Amino acid sequence: MADPAFIAVATITVASAIIALEFREILYGAIALAISLLGIAMFFVLLDATFVAMFQIAVYVGAVIVLVIFTIMLVRREAWMAVPEGKRKIMGLIIMFITMFGLGAVFIGSGLTQWSVPENTVTFTQIGEQMLTYYSPALIAMALTLAAAVIGALVLAKVDLGAKESGRNN
Amino acid sequence: MAAIIDYVIVSAILLAIGIYGLTVKRNAIRMLFAIEIIVNAANLNLVAFSRNLPAPNATGQTLALFSIAIAAAEVAVGLALIIVAYRIYRDIDVKEFRSMSG
Repeated sequence: MADPAFIAVATITVASAIIALEFREILYGAIALAISLLGIAMFFVLLDATFVAMFQIAVYVGAVIVLVIFTIMLVRREAWMAVPEGKRKIMGLIIMFITMFGLGAVFIGSGLTQWSVPENTVTFTQIGEQMLTYYSPALIAMALTLAAAVIGALVLAKVDLGAKESGRNN
Repeated sequence: MAAIIDYVIVSAILLAIGIYGLTVKRNAIRMLFAIEIIVNAANLNLVAFSRNLPAPNATGQTLALFSIAIAAAEVAVGLALIIVAYRIYRDIDVKEFRSMSG
């Protein structure tokens, strides 16, 4: 059975994921999401993937959450705090439980339960070696994708001073 | 040491929570949160399976790194879209984005 560290991290991750979606004030929701992402990073540490954990902390907690918080501060309004959900909430909960228990039943019924944990770990030098040799085309493609995404985001968010009201028409 | 099945189950729970958020929430930023939770569930699966392979293999972790980077790019574009939508509609409730519906 799972060890106490795993159970603690799992509880933190799942609970803060729920808080991120359900807390009324969205800024605290963003902070709860940061805690959830830190929990995932702790899972990576438990899985001996320290490099991926550091990457997760640097990219998600360091960059993505800061970006999200800045956006929330830009667009925040009191009016969204009480958006009614009504029937959608019941439907969403039904879908959630079907997914959860369906997938859970499939996984528990599968051969994964007999999978023993081998005593091997991967060092970050192996990851770097793989990334720069076999996966170098993918690395270049990813770099171009990131550049395209950043340029696209800049173009989208740019304020067009010449035609302020043109956005409504097209 | 937790077995792989525990990680897979936590991942399934996170996926279900993310799907719930995507279906229920009307706030665009909250929907982005839900997408982040789903992507992280997938990354957790990748690293968990990579750790439990019989021979040392870094491919799963490399793939997880790529996945994290792509998710970061996706968040940047998503937030830019939210800012543009806010500028046009003065709201981020997805029900208010009228001209996008058919």
